[in-house]
Amino acid sequence: MAFRARHLLGIEPLAPLEITSVLDLADRYVDLNRRTVKQSDVLEGMTQINMFFENSTRTQASFELAGKRLGADVMNMSVASSSVKKGETLIDTALTLNAMHPDLLVVRHPNSGAVNLLASKVNCAVLNAGDGRHEHPTQALLDALTIRRAKGRIQRLTVAICGDIAHSRVARSNLILLNKMENRIRLIAPPTLMPSGVDAFGCELFDDMREGLKGADVVMMLRLQKERMDGGFIPSEREYYHRYGLDAEKLAFANPDAIVMHPGPMNRGVEIDGDLADDINRSVIQDQVEMGVAVRMACMDLLARNLRAERGRQIVGTMV
Amino acid sequence: MSTLHFHNARLIDPETGTDAPGTLTVKDGVILGQDGKAPKGATLIDCGGKCLAPGIVDWGVKIGEPGERHRESFRSAGLAAAAGGVTTIIARPDTLPAIDTPETLEFVTRRAQESAPVRIRHMAALTKGREGREMTEIGFLLDAGAIAFTDVFAVSTETKALSRALTYARSLGALVVGHPQEAALSKGASTTSGKFASLKGLPAVSPLAERMGLERDLALVEMTRARYHADQITTAASLPALQRAKAAGLDVTAGTSIHHLTLNEFDVGDYRTFFKFTPPLRSEEDRQAIIAALADGTIDVIASFHTPADEESKRLPFEEAAAGAVALETILPAAMRLYHGGHLSLPALFRAMALNPAQRLGLPQGRISEDAPADLVLFDPDAPFQMDRFALRSKSKNTPFDGARMEGKVLATWVAGAQVFTA
Repeated sequence: MAFRARHLLGIEPLAPLEITSVLDLADRYVDLNRRTVKQSDVLEGMTQINMFFENSTRTQASFELAGKRLGADVMNMSVASSSVKKGETLIDTALTLNAMHPDLLVVRHPNSGAVNLLASKVNCAVLNAGDGRHEHPTQALLDALTIRRAKGRIQRLTVAICGDIAHSRVARSNLILLNKMENRIRLIAPPTLMPSGVDAFGCELFDDMREGLKGADVVMMLRLQKERMDGGFIPSEREYYHRYGLDAEKLAFANPDAIVMHPGPMNRGVEIDGDLADDINRSVIQDQVEMGVAVRMACMDLLARNLRAERGRQIVGTMV
Repeated sequence: MSTLHFHNARLIDPETGTDAPGTLTVKDGVILGQDGKAPKGATLIDCGGKCLAPGIVDWGVKIGEPGERHRESFRSAGLAAAAGGVTTIIARPDTLPAIDTPETLEFVTRRAQESAPVRIRHMAALTKGREGREMTEIGFLLDAGAIAFTDVFAVSTETKALSRALTYARSLGALVVGHPQEAALSKGASTTSGKFASLKGLPAVSPLAERMGLERDLALVEMTRARYHADQITTAASLPALQRAKAAGLDVTAGTSIHHLTLNEFDVGDYRTFFKFTPPLRSEEDRQAIIAALADGTIDVIASFHTPADEESKRLPFEEAAAGAVALETILPAAMRLYHGGHLSLPALFRAMALNPAQRLGLPQGRISEDAPADLVLFDPDAPFQMDRFALRSKSKNTPFDGARMEGKVLATWVAGAQVFTA
């Protein structure tokens, strides 16, 4: 078994072989999901709690469906961060949940590092469903699976990541994953939305989108995270669309067979042209959603195996 | 009081810059002189060849009285200081409420005298409630014993109000301590911008925000001719401005924190909140530049910026956690890292930790020459140990050095010739 991690907190701690093993297993779950009977029993008897301190529809639904298809008992807890601020600290919430003996905890939190903190206090496997601007590992894995299925490989590709890099955990996780898999990465953003020091991670930086798209095999668009901005990052949405919105004219600078990706939800007419997003010859945005369920099934399956093995060792330990 | 004669000592004298074997004689709490014979009837103290230095004058210690005694009391801070070789605490006014009236100042002065085994002097707030709008009763506060005036980490954005406070302070000869930081730029930041902050996705501030804050403060000093001390200079970019101000003859000094001298931004690692500071830890290049600035005298003072924080305020996501660390008991072993690393000699370290702060604040401490108060620390610079935060005497245990291997142990501490700590 190549995948050894106890939690999935980010892409950073994963080895390339672990990434590949997630993708391989996810491929099999894609097949399962396309059948009429989608049920599996690998998580039977296990409890999965989805704890979202930040609003989410898509990711939460994807995790919920993934857990249910694997036979887990799934519970959703929507914890708006405001109610947490009123009293209970994150650690208290974690300890309360831990006492209910969940097996898998899926957590999204508005603060970078919060999921790491929580993982250090519980006995179950923790999956990071996005923490602040830090990481969103299942998104990067599902993007990798989408790319691998569309391009036939996840190495030696030129990938342009474009848009609000500064506020994006998706960009960070993708940057780390694509680097580990030996791809050429370009970041395209207005300088106000480019985090400082990222060139040190081994990528090329562009503020001219056409220049950055030249020769790209994959064009990954990011959502403009208006909710994380406290004003003044861009002059206006229309100027942003003019300079950094993906349309057919700008896409023509990329390779003719380049695919277009977006983690959703999209701001049509802000970062991407609506028609282009729906163009089934170029856009793999719907595939990403499909791969999302399969990748999350694979991640939970692998973490559950490790959890069972760990508990098995503990039981053997007590008997001896 | 009795007469003490310290012999077989390695005397660390920051005034002369010497580090040599010698003896020291103390009578009635005052130093009689070095290298004399033991007077008749004197108590002989064999220092075992270890270092005898002036006690540390720690400028900028947060104590939780009034308001947050669960974090630190005068008693616990005093015990921690004695164990750490700190003989004079210069306490901060960022309490609840702030020390901004003579009445509050008298209260804390009385409490400190009753409870602490070391000397404690208080800074008062420069503006009411540390809000940066209206100056405090600087004259009355001076009469009540305020040693300097500062709003600590609350940076006034009301430059006009600040210039008036500085002008008024100047007329009374009061020393004003500023926190150089561009407040709007650093708002919400918990790390220094750069590769690390970007990788971890933490809100960050450019190191230049410190220079911008310093340049403003120095321009105000030029305008008002106030006596000014910058509490913490932590970035290389601030140094030229500081050098220019000193060369121009402005009455300006600067300090830095022991943590910024011994740790860098990467120490935060996996969101470890004990490594969160105000200002945030800097790059390794900045750390090296600050050490060099201490060696060449651009920066005058090293302080601990002891900031007790309870577990609850640290067990939070990094952005929301409290900043600061307890350091009264770790300032000396941390400083020994600079000595063992070959960056600063022991006399140079005690110049920055004892002599310079005392002189700037008009205190007779920080020296081991004739007529100086016998505030002394005996320590072994080489003794190794592993730091255990639960062994600290502070009520709060938030030290970044927990589990760290350190060298430098305080063996004994004297205040006015009376022993207040023995290991």
